[in-house]
Amino acid sequence: MVNDRLSRIQKALDRVMDPELPFLSITELGMIRGCSIDDKGTVVIALTPTYSGCPATDAIQDDIKEALGPVDPNFRIKIVHSPAWTTDWINEATREKMRKHGIAPPAGASADKAFLLGKERNIACPRCGGVETKLISPFGSTACKAHFQCTTCLEPFDHFKCI
Amino acid sequence: MQNASATWLLRLGDDALVLAQRLSEWCGHGPALEEDIALSNIALDLLGQSRAFLTLAGEREGKGRDEDTLAYFRTDREFSNLLLLELPNGHFGDTIMRQCLFDQFALLRYEALATQNVDLEVAAIASKALKEVKYHAAHSAQWVIRLGDGTEESHQRIQQSLDDLWAYTGEFFMDDEVSAAGAKMGLGRLNGDLQSTWSDRIQSIMEQATLRIPDTTWMHKGGRQGKHTEHLSYMLAEMQVLQRTYPGAQW
Repeated sequence: MVNDRLSRIQKALDRVMDPELPFLSITELGMIRGCSIDDKGTVVIALTPTYSGCPATDAIQDDIKEALGPVDPNFRIKIVHSPAWTTDWINEATREKMRKHGIAPPAGASADKAFLLGKERNIACPRCGGVETKLISPFGSTACKAHFQCTTCLEPFDHFKCI
Repeated sequence: MQNASATWLLRLGDDALVLAQRLSEWCGHGPALEEDIALSNIALDLLGQSRAFLTLAGEREGKGRDEDTLAYFRTDREFSNLLLLELPNGHFGDTIMRQCLFDQFALLRYEALATQNVDLEVAAIASKALKEVKYHAAHSAQWVIRLGDGTEESHQRIQQSLDDLWAYTGEFFMDDEVSAAGAKMGLGRLNGDLQSTWSDRIQSIMEQATLRIPDTTWMHKGGRQGKHTEHLSYMLAEMQVLQRTYPGAQW
């Protein structure tokens, strides 16, 4: 019973898309840190923001409420900060989806601080696959992305920062 | 010290909030599109950090004040941010120098908070903030070096920024009964303990930037006690006007 209830919730959450990356769900991005049922029978959804100030976090909570309302209205969202969100929680299939949508996924694991030391590994162009690319700005169109340009096809592209 | 934890958290929240508000003034006015976006992104990160700290400060205080009440319904004398952070933006060099001086301090402060295990709520917010501030610090240091070691004009102007702002950095490291109580509880470290590492790192950045650190030893102070420059009141007037005029207005 309990498992059925949680799996229905999980399925509904899998359909909640990130407002800024509408081809990816919040579960694929690793923002749902667990679902459980508390002693009053309320489902508790643990949600972690990607960046402290990400404005999508409020919109995502509204979207969760809308998606879960018809499925199981007895739930609440709990914002958790620890452990801090990391791009390590994004799996390879999701990274491939990013590439298909013109975003270069995070390269490698967050533990290697190559970027911070000014030695960003080569970020391949998601459009032509070229490996000769350059950083235009470490900050991009949203908090989670940096701005790159491919020196082969000259197209600018977003790179999902590795944190 | 009654409720030192709330006062102490308020300082972290106020630092982030006031700098976020200042940086957001650059939105639409950056020297280049990329930098406009960068400063807005940094402002957004800081705003998020301040929301988390102010919310927690309000809970610990136990008087029912939430993040919005704390941000919009306190007067200048009730704000406890560092004076450096409320100064007008000046030109881009002034803004990026202020950012560099503060980012290096914020890094050390968050590192200490992220690794303590006395207060796990604070540690969680700090570890998240730390990841973000590492990016900010790399960015601001890189600009200081680029401008300092750039043209004669850019060198002269950013040297002037450093000269103008230096006397506001001493306040980072001043301790009082609130910071002492925080350190005693195991919440981070005394501000003074962070000074030598900060000085080493700033020294190294300024050397690469070919900039000279001023000899001034006299330092401004007062922000932590609510004694601010006149600039804060003007900034708050703009930041708070909507909530003051229409209390509780929703987006």
